[in-house]
Amino acid sequence: MLSTLSKKMLMCLTGLFLAFFLLIHFLGNLQLFLPQEQAHLQFNAYSHFLAGNILIKIISYVLYASIILHALDGLIITLKNRKSGAVYESDRRGRASKWYSRNMGILGTLILIFLVIHFQNFWYVYKFGAPPLDERGNKDLYILVIAVFQQWWYVLIYVLSMAALCYHLVHGIHSAIRTLGLYHPKFVKWFKIVGIAYSIVISTGFALMPIYIFFTVK
Amino acid sequence: MDLHLKIWRQKDRNAAGKLETYTLTDLNPHMSFLEMLDTLNEQLITHGEEPVEFDHDCREGICGQCGMMINGIAHGPLKHTTTCQLHLRSFKDKDTITIEPFRSAAFLVKKDLKVDRSAFDRIISSGGFISINTGQAPDATVIPISHELAESAFDSAACIGCGACVATCKNGSAALFTAAKITHMALLPQGKEERSQRVLHMVKQMDKESFGHCSNTEACEVECPQGISVLNIARMNFEYNKALFFKKK
Ligand code: HEM
Ligand code: SF4
Ligand code: FES
Repeated sequence: MLSTLSKKMLMCLTGLFLAFFLLIHFLGNLQLFLPQEQAHLQFNAYSHFLAGNILIKIISYVLYASIILHALDGLIITLKNRKSGAVYESDRRGRASKWYSRNMGILGTLILIFLVIHFQNFWYVYKFGAPPLDERGNKDLYILVIAVFQQWWYVLIYVLSMAALCYHLVHGIHSAIRTLGLYHPKFVKWFKIVGIAYSIVISTGFALMPIYIFFTVK
Repeated sequence: MDLHLKIWRQKDRNAAGKLETYTLTDLNPHMSFLEMLDTLNEQLITHGEEPVEFDHDCREGICGQCGMMINGIAHGPLKHTTTCQLHLRSFKDKDTITIEPFRSAAFLVKKDLKVDRSAFDRIISSGGFISINTGQAPDATVIPISHELAESAFDSAACIGCGACVATCKNGSAALFTAAKITHMALLPQGKEERSQRVLHMVKQMDKESFGHCSNTEACEVECPQGISVLNIARMNFEYNKALFFKKK
């Protein structure tokens, strides 16, 4: 049995890997902001390149494992914490902490629901479906992306999920640094700032993609 | 001033408790919170009723015995203050005050506002000591310790073991308490020798006592009467990771 601290370490390592992956994913997807013609072919070529790369293949397996472990461990931790904590008739303990730090399990669940939809929309169709081909013969992921983001309610789901991600990450990165054991007051403060900046840039950036496509690409 | 009190009454460990309502009149606002409970108890005893049991000892904020949830906040509305150092002037005339025992899965209610905090004692006995033979008191200059180091060890040692951190934590985690003890000793030369064993044993005992995980919400530091820093918890994680990594078997 892992100790409570080791279970948090697993949470931290899988979470940080997810955060690292997200950064790479984000940088790649910035291509969606290119002029439409160029974005179309380049994005598909990029996806094709990733799909054939052995390094990416390894990373993708670590990714699947991380998501599953992170979610399972998160469930175990949340249930244990529920059992250990007290219930009071009069409860104003909330004054001492941020709401999102107390609701990581709920924020995580929202992200998990989003991930299921997200994988089904793109990953599943790309890997196992029969997507159309573009003029260079690459699978036309771009068309899939455009089609999904023409629906306003999809755009809404994406934007709301990115808000959940943002809060999860703002606390998650800060918490992960603690779990790793960084206790120097100065560097802790720096990492907190870096974590917040990262969370805001990533989530706002991702949220802008469907919005941009909804309003500009036909 | 007059106060309405809703106090948790519970006969024993196994009984179901509930909030009972009492009203006190003509209280002196400069009375301490515990003196107010003494006043209530005198009245209860005069009427042949059972007094409200609660823990206390020094009544000057240093022993860590007192502690209750006052209107849903550990040790009441003032920051970094024990229950015994709270006075009625922090409340308004005719206020209703709800008083409940500190609670968590590891802190069971013994009676009324009295809680069993022996889990803390067991964490300390699992490693919160230095195993050297005590002879004569050594010369104070034998082991040089800088003033800064001594102060920062004392910042951690200032924990009075009241349990407010556990009661405040949504997870009922004892991370702040345990981390304060571990850090206190890891900082000092006398404690460094056994630091790896110590952290492994104390964390193991902490887990045995059904305390929850630390989610780093940092509520504990805010409500801790001694303002013990959450960076102690990071230090505990560091000591633990290191000890686990270099463990030989
Ligand atoms: C699959 C859906 C997810 C679930 C169910 C989930 C759940 C959780 C839970 C319950 C915690 C623990 C909070 C605590 O200790 O109280 C946590 C921490 C964390 N999560 Fe997630 N999460 C999910 C997705 C993600 C994603 C996508 C990322 C990164 C991009 C992420 C990054 C983190 C980080 C860095 C931590 C901090 C670890 C620590 O406290 O040491 N999580 N998550
Ligand atoms: S860390 Fe603070 S709140 Fe927790 S037991 Fe020590 S003094 Fe009390
Ligand atoms: S009675 Fe000793 S700290 Fe309150």
